[in-house]
Amino acid sequence: MSAGPVTVPLPAVLDEIAQDFAALSARDRLTLLLDFSDDLPELPERYSGHDELLERVDECQSPLFLVVEVDGVPNASSQEATVRLYFQAPPEAPTTRGFAGILHEGLDGLTVGEVLAVPDDAPYRFGLGEAVSPLRLRGMVAMLSRIKRQVRIKSAH
Amino acid sequence: MAVATDDNNAFSDYAHPERLVSTGWLAAQLAHRVEGAHDLVVIESDEDVLLYETGHIPGAFKIDWHTDLNDQVTRDYVDGERFAQVLGERGIRRDTTVVIYGDKSNWWAAYALWVFTLFGHEDVRLLDGGRAKWVAEGRGITRVLPARTAVDYPVIERDDAPIRAFKDDVLAHIGRPMVDVRSPGEYSGELLHMPDYPQEGAMRGGHIPGARSVPWARAANEDGTFKSRSDLEAIYLSEQGLTPSDDVVAYCRIGERSSHTWFVLTHLLGFDKVRNYDGSWTEWGNAVRVPVEVGAT
Repeated sequence: MSAGPVTVPLPAVLDEIAQDFAALSARDRLTLLLDFSDDLPELPERYSGHDELLERVDECQSPLFLVVEVDGVPNASSQEATVRLYFQAPPEAPTTRGFAGILHEGLDGLTVGEVLAVPDDAPYRFGLGEAVSPLRLRGMVAMLSRIKRQVRIKSAH
Repeated sequence: MAVATDDNNAFSDYAHPERLVSTGWLAAQLAHRVEGAHDLVVIESDEDVLLYETGHIPGAFKIDWHTDLNDQVTRDYVDGERFAQVLGERGIRRDTTVVIYGDKSNWWAAYALWVFTLFGHEDVRLLDGGRAKWVAEGRGITRVLPARTAVDYPVIERDDAPIRAFKDDVLAHIGRPMVDVRSPGEYSGELLHMPDYPQEGAMRGGHIPGARSVPWARAANEDGTFKSRSDLEAIYLSEQGLTPSDDVVAYCRIGERSSHTWFVLTHLLGFDKVRNYDGSWTEWGNAVRVPVEVGAT
């Protein structure tokens, strides 16, 4: 048996995204990241104009806001409850939007238990370090940890 | 062959008006450009590494401050060979006129221009107002990448001394004019990083003793263009007591905002000796036993 460090696997969809990135050159990874930026869903009506309901991710270079819903209500209690993610970032911040888009596609609709099990180093598994620089990846690390924190709070008994 | 300068009246008061071009001038140049001509190359340089890909001025190439201009191992700029490769790939020859623009009121564009100057590239200009002004005026942008015709750019040895200061230079400079261009909170030591920006790891907060606080944004208008020469003189000469013959060091966090101020002092006000300390607070605030001052004044 290997004595190497344990690697926690990514959830299936996130893992597919990671493999898609891994198959590309650094330049094409940027293009794929742009697709995620373009495809990031709009904030639903009930949140737009309600910045007080959103959490600001200060670690991103550009303003990004996010909010997590658990099972459609603010406080569901089961590990099986469904997690919904909503993001807001301006078009002038495509890198930040792209990070949000990856997390949206990879995590939206998973259960509380599945989201909480996502490894904290997930953002480093898309091969984006050389494409966007490791410094810039910190924003995605912060997004993930704030998502998990909100899920933890909103799914608590 | 160099392209004629923008003889826009708004620029004529500046010490080196040839360093700026207006959006209107650039649009006219691009409308009349000859296909395959290499005498003008437009470069976009942004903080956001993907912004260029969302749409850029037609024909413009991208230079990323981090992946193209910084060495990927040592904390330093690229060497002459890499610089020649980056420029040559974008069709830039040694005598090409380069116009740089970018986001955030041209912070990164000014930074790129400063790096071009380390290599002595002669004709390099900024688009006044940068990307935001071009877009706000409804001028065209495109996602189409320009055709690349690689050319030979010579391998030039970087000459840092005239416009770049290192930590030891700054230590020796204490007592002479120094401009801290960060936000007031970073200057006083209350904040370890830019408001709204990630913490980039400084162990100590404050400023270099004797440095005056002149946040970079004071040199810019709301639309990102540079203030007039008289407005700039009111800030840097009358209020701060600097004179164009002074030996000045400017710094910020990693040298990007201070490139903006370096440009203002050097090219708009005609200062002879301004050096940008690119190590800036991410070096000084982590260095052992360097003097630090805290407080607002």
